Amino acid sequence: MLKKTLDISSSPHIYKGRSTDDIMKNVVWALLPVAFFSIYSFGLNALLVILTATLAAVMTEHFLCKLSKKETTVNDYSAVITGLLLGLTLPPSFPLWMAFVGGVISIALGKHIFGGLGYNVFNPALVARAVLQAAFPVAITTWHPAFLPDRFFTISGSIFTGPFMQPQFDAISGATPLSAFKFDGVTASTAELAFGQISGSTGETCAVIIALGGLYLIARNMMSWRIPVAVLLSAFVLSGILYLINSEGYPSPFFMLFSGGLMLGAVFMATDMVSSPITPIGLWIYGGIIGILTIVIRIWSGLPEGVMYSILLANAISPHIDVLVKHRVYGTNKKTKMV
Amino acid sequence: MALFNFHKNTFKHGIHPPESKDETKGLPIRQFPFAPVIILPMAQHIGAPSEIVVREGQEVHRGELLAKAGGYVSVPMHAPVSGIVRKIGNVPTISGKMSPGIYLEAFPASTQEVLEGKPIDPNTATPEEILQGIQDAGIVGLGGAAFPTHVKLKIPEGKKCDTLILNGIECEPYLTTDHRVMLEQEGDIFTGITYLLKATGAKNAIIGIEANKQDAADHLTKHLPKDLPVSVKVLPVKYPQGAEKMLITALIDKEVPSKSFPIEVGVVVVNIATAAEIGRLLPHGRGIQERVITITGPGVKKKGNYLIPVGTPLRFVLEQVGVDEEISEVYMGGPMMGVAVSNLDISIVKGTSGILVFTRKDVNRSSKIYPCIKCGACVDACPILLNPSKLGILAKFEAYDEMASDFNLMDCFECGSCTYVCPSHIPLVQYFRLAKRVVRKREAQKKEEVHA
Repeated sequence: MLKKTLDISSSPHIYKGRSTDDIMKNVVWALLPVAFFSIYSFGLNALLVILTATLAAVMTEHFLCKLSKKETTVNDYSAVITGLLLGLTLPPSFPLWMAFVGGVISIALGKHIFGGLGYNVFNPALVARAVLQAAFPVAITTWHPAFLPDRFFTISGSIFTGPFMQPQFDAISGATPLSAFKFDGVTASTAELAFGQISGSTGETCAVIIALGGLYLIARNMMSWRIPVAVLLSAFVLSGILYLINSEGYPSPFFMLFSGGLMLGAVFMATDMVSSPITPIGLWIYGGIIGILTIVIRIWSGLPEGVMYSILLANAISPHIDVLVKHRVYGTNKKTKMV
Repeated sequence: MALFNFHKNTFKHGIHPPESKDETKGLPIRQFPFAPVIILPMAQHIGAPSEIVVREGQEVHRGELLAKAGGYVSVPMHAPVSGIVRKIGNVPTISGKMSPGIYLEAFPASTQEVLEGKPIDPNTATPEEILQGIQDAGIVGLGGAAFPTHVKLKIPEGKKCDTLILNGIECEPYLTTDHRVMLEQEGDIFTGITYLLKATGAKNAIIGIEANKQDAADHLTKHLPKDLPVSVKVLPVKYPQGAEKMLITALIDKEVPSKSFPIEVGVVVVNIATAAEIGRLLPHGRGIQERVITITGPGVKKKGNYLIPVGTPLRFVLEQVGVDEEISEVYMGGPMMGVAVSNLDISIVKGTSGILVFTRKDVNRSSKIYPCIKCGACVDACPILLNPSKLGILAKFEAYDEMASDFNLMDCFECGSCTYVCPSHIPLVQYFRLAKRVVRKREAQKKEEVHA
C-alpha cells in the first residue's frame, strides 16, 4: 500500500545544483595558488600578512553576525575571500596590526554596514585597502624585495611593529615595476612580470598564476568572463595607442597588462558579482571603465598604481550602468529599462 | 552570450538541464491495464467544465458520450471503459479543488471495443466540419496545457495562417511521450496534419524536433507522404524550446508580440501527440479514451511509456508500475513545469504527459536561501529577456504593480529557468506566479470598479 502523505512543492523540481557557497569556495580554491606563490616569493612575511588579514575578516564576520543576533555567515566563504584578497594586495612586510585593522574594516565598513553579503556597494577588500592607503601611506608603499635567500627563515622587523608605533623597515627595500617606471623611468621585461620575478604586493606579482585561477573559474561558469576581458582589453588598447604614438614616453601595453595589480584586480576584484553590473552590456561598460581609468591614473596622475581606485569608482557607478542599459523584452518593440 | 548571438535556429538564452530521457526513450508504448474504477473530473481542460449527460446506474460503452461540451471553450468527455456509472459527484483534482465528476466502474469481462461515430473524411470535409469533429472528439492540447484544440485552430477574422507548426520538441527532462508517438504513430500524425492543414488553411507544416530525438526526425522524414507539404526540422536541444513562442522564433525567426497569440505572425502551433490523436480519432468519429504517458523518475520500478485510459486513478497507476518505499514527491508533467501531487486519489487527465516519482534523496532542493549576489545567471537564462533578479527583489517587497508596469512581469510564462539556475536558491518563478496572480486580481477589481 502506498503511503498517504506526499511532499508538495512548486515547480521547477530540479535545480542546477550550483550554490552560492560553492561559487565562493571555488573562488577560494582559485586564490590559493596565488597565495602559495606569494609565500614562495616573499617567504614568511607574506604568509603572516595573508593569514592575519584573512583571520581578521573571518572573525569580524562571525562577531558581527552574533552581534546582530543572526546565524553566522562565515560558512558561505565570502569573508574568507575578502580577507584573502585584502592580504594579497598588501606589501609583504606590512605591519600585522595594520593588516588586522584592514581585515576588520573590510567586513565591517565594506560589507556589513550595507547589509552583508549581496548588498555591498564596493568590493569590501578594496574599501579596506583604500582606508589603509590613506591611514598608512608609508607602510603601504614600502616594498620588500622578492626571492631573498633567507625569506623562509627570517621575518622583517616591521611586521611586528606595535600599534601606532612607527614601523622600522629593513634597509633593503624593493621597488615595484610601476614605481620604478613612474619615478625612475625603468621598465621590467614582460617575462619577469608574467612569472612574478618582481616586487610588489604579496599576491599581484605572478600574472600567469592569477590568470590561470581566473580561467578555472570561468571554465566552471563561476565568474563572468566579460569583466576580465573588458578590463584587460581596454587597458591594452589604450596603452597600446599611447605606445604607438610615443614609444619613448609610454611603456609597452604588455608592461601595463602584467605589472601592478591589474591582473589581480581584473580577475579577482572587479569580478565581485555583488558590486558589478548584472546586465551583459553593463559588464562590458564597467570593465572598460576600469581598464581605461587604470591607465589614465598610472600615466597622468601622481600615483604609480590606479587599479584600486578605478575599481572602487566603477563599483560606485555600477548600479547606474545597469539603469542606463535598456533592452528589448521578447515580443515587445520599445526598449525598456533593465533595473 | 548576447554579443555572440548570431546563431539562428534557436531562441535567446535558455538552459540545459540534464535530459534524463535515456531510461524510457527506447521503450515502446504499452497498453496499461484498466482500473476497476475510473474517476473522471469534468474540469480537466482550460475553459468551461463538461456537462454530464448520463445518470447514475447507467451502463455505458467504451467511447460513449458521458458529458457534452459546456460551451464553446470546452470539450465533451467520452467513456474510457465499458462499464456502469456508479456515482456522479465531486471528485478531487490536482489543484486541490473538487470538481464535478463521474465514477465509472469497469465491466471486468468486457471486450472493451470502442464505439464508432460519424467519420470525417479529410478530403471532403470543410474546415468548420473538421473543427467541429475535433471538438466532438474531446481533443485538448496533450502537451500539458489542455487547451481545447478547436479553439486554438479557429483563425480569427482578418487573420491568416501561413504555417502550421507541429511541436515535437518535448524539452522537459524525463518525458519521452512525444518521442515514442513520433516513432510509432507516424501514420496518425500525417493524417492529423492533413486535417490540421485543411482546418487552418495553412500552406505548409513544419515538424520541430530537438536533436536528442534524431531517430524520430529520421523516422518521420522517411515516411513523409509525397503529397503533404510537411518538412521536418531538427533544432539544438535547449529548454524551454517547447514553449510556443520560443519554438516559433527558433523555427521561423519571428517574435510573437507580447500579450498576443502565434496567429499574429501567421502561425498555429499544435503538439505532435495532439496531431496524432486527431489523425487517429477523426476518421472513426471517436472520442479520446486514453493517452500516452511517460512514467519515470528514480522512484519508479517499471518505468515506461504507457497508453493509459483517461480517469485512471494515480494510486492504481503507481501500484501497477511499483514505486520505491520512500517516495516523497510525485509530479504530473515534467520536472520543470509539472505540478506536484498532494493526493494520490486524483486521476490521469487528458493533459497528463508524464508522471514523475522522486524519493527523498532525489529532491535536491536546498532549504538555505542566500541573498541575491547579482551573479546574473537568471538574466542569462530568461528566454524572454526579463531581469528575474530585479523582479525577485521587488517581489520580496511585494511591489507587484511596479513589477508589472516597469519590468514586464506579465510576459513571464513561468518556465522556471531562473529558479533552476539561481545559486542562492531564491524561489524566483514561484514569486512571479504569486505576483502575476495578485496583479490579475487587482486588474479585475479595477475593471469592476469602473463598471460599477
